[in-house]
Amino acid sequence: MKLNELTAHELRDLIGEKKTSPQEVRDAVLARIRQTDGQVKAYVRLSSNAATQEPSGGCAMPVPIGIKDNICVTGEPTTCCSRILEGFKPPYDATVIQKLKESGAYLIGSTNMDEFAFGSSTENSCYGPTRNPWNKDCVPGGSSGGSAAAVASHEAIWALGSDTGGSIRQPASFCGVVGLKPTYGRVSRYGLIAFASSLDQIGPIAKDVEDCALLLGIIAGYDERDSTSADLPVPDYTKALVNDVKGLKVGIPKEYFVEGIDPQVREAINAAIDVLKKRGATFYEISLPHTEYATATYYIVATAEASSNLARYDGVQYGLRRQPVDTRKTPLIDMYEETRDAGFGSEAKRRIMLGTYSLSSGYYDDYYLKGLKVRTLIKQDFDKAFQKLDAIITPTAPTTAFKIGEKTDDPLSMYLSDIYTISANLSGIPAISIPCGFSKERMPIGLQILAKPFDEAMLFRIAYAYEQNTPWHKERTPL
Amino acid sequence: MTKSQKSITKEDVQYIASLSRIHLQGDEVERLTKDLEDILRYVHKLEKLDVRAVEATSHVLPLANVYREDEVRPSLAQAEVMKVAVMSHNGFLKVPKVIQ
Repeated sequence: MKLNELTAHELRDLIGEKKTSPQEVRDAVLARIRQTDGQVKAYVRLSSNAATQEPSGGCAMPVPIGIKDNICVTGEPTTCCSRILEGFKPPYDATVIQKLKESGAYLIGSTNMDEFAFGSSTENSCYGPTRNPWNKDCVPGGSSGGSAAAVASHEAIWALGSDTGGSIRQPASFCGVVGLKPTYGRVSRYGLIAFASSLDQIGPIAKDVEDCALLLGIIAGYDERDSTSADLPVPDYTKALVNDVKGLKVGIPKEYFVEGIDPQVREAINAAIDVLKKRGATFYEISLPHTEYATATYYIVATAEASSNLARYDGVQYGLRRQPVDTRKTPLIDMYEETRDAGFGSEAKRRIMLGTYSLSSGYYDDYYLKGLKVRTLIKQDFDKAFQKLDAIITPTAPTTAFKIGEKTDDPLSMYLSDIYTISANLSGIPAISIPCGFSKERMPIGLQILAKPFDEAMLFRIAYAYEQNTPWHKERTPL
Repeated sequence: MTKSQKSITKEDVQYIASLSRIHLQGDEVERLTKDLEDILRYVHKLEKLDVRAVEATSHVLPLANVYREDEVRPSLAQAEVMKVAVMSHNGFLKVPKVIQ
């Protein structure tokens, strides 16, 4: 097997035994990118020093990582795949980047994403779409589609994504890799370019559960530069990697298995439940009665926060600036409006406008405030369920990866592809997606596990036990 | 019909665009009118719920007023930060004339 096809923990061991070196791993990954990224387009750019950067030996994890293009790296373009951030090179590192650099990680490049993470397919990128490594006519999911596709195609050992409504888990599901959204507050958001600040979390995308646990261990923890990060100790997540689910109580919410779910996805989830039952977990049918309101609530709350966060892109400070030839209002306002028209793509405009509308005078109570109140009901559904349960299991997405272009003309149908992932963001709980089978078209299917706030260890325990007893994470893309 | 069930008009879209500081061009107004109308129609399903007695959740963690000591700490140098400026003059950001 080639070095780039190994996991980070396998490479760490080989490097420790001096059977390979960080430089050899780096070169294997770069060679793979040269070979296949013309087809996948997982990366929007490689690091300026990609070929010469010396991964530091002796460090914990000296392996190449792909970074979603919305996480700031000092001196490297960071654009959220938006024209409006053209030319922006952050003067500082995000906290997760600082932690990665301390772990010896080698930052190989920036991965593609939907503009400002607005999307579920990576088609809303100013650099064009990423292709699913399992079938190049299909999307990789989104918005962290570049990161998921890079890991699935072995163009990265692992990657970072961000998840506001499913943007790590849904692409992980579509690309057949492991992706985790941590509890809100578990990982510092300092240096993550904001989409919806009460929902955003950075998280790992990896080839197996052990790597996912290791990468979360590197990036998690309190950070005084993010006042919403939680001042709680970070456990050693590798201790949760035990092949044992005996006695665990797991809920299956009936609302997740209704209309719109692909029968092949339903079958794969049922088969996964059987695997865990055989290992001694007990399953209960439960109800999360406000599930059907999650998508509507999300598109109010998330767009309201986005419209506010994206107000800063006005051409004054950094990124793009455009000035119309003729004066329409005043030169300054014309500059704002022209810059934002030229800089934002159509989905960004749609979301900014929707958010502005729901926050505007006369509509605030009917939309934004109502959304915040329904958010409470959705969170209470989980609080109640977790009084008696250790975890909840659902599909990650209702279908496997859809075709490129299939949903681009219908924003609402695109939004509904996040129907199973959104509730975890609204209620702040952690959730993981792991591969749990393939459709007859040989497209990956993802299983989602949800747990109590700050109980990522429970996710790793169940995911690891499942992975140890199934072959899906060892499957290779046709690339 | 409640206020929120009113359908959205092209004039509404123009108004929201001006609040959002986006100058829309060509067929963008028409397309966004239809898109926003479709999305808002879907969002109206929330009207089925009576939430008068429910508290709003703007944030999931029990955090309020996170303060730190008011002391001088190292920060980025102005010259470093100004390297990202799209247009600057003597260490200031330069913008089009504000007062005519």
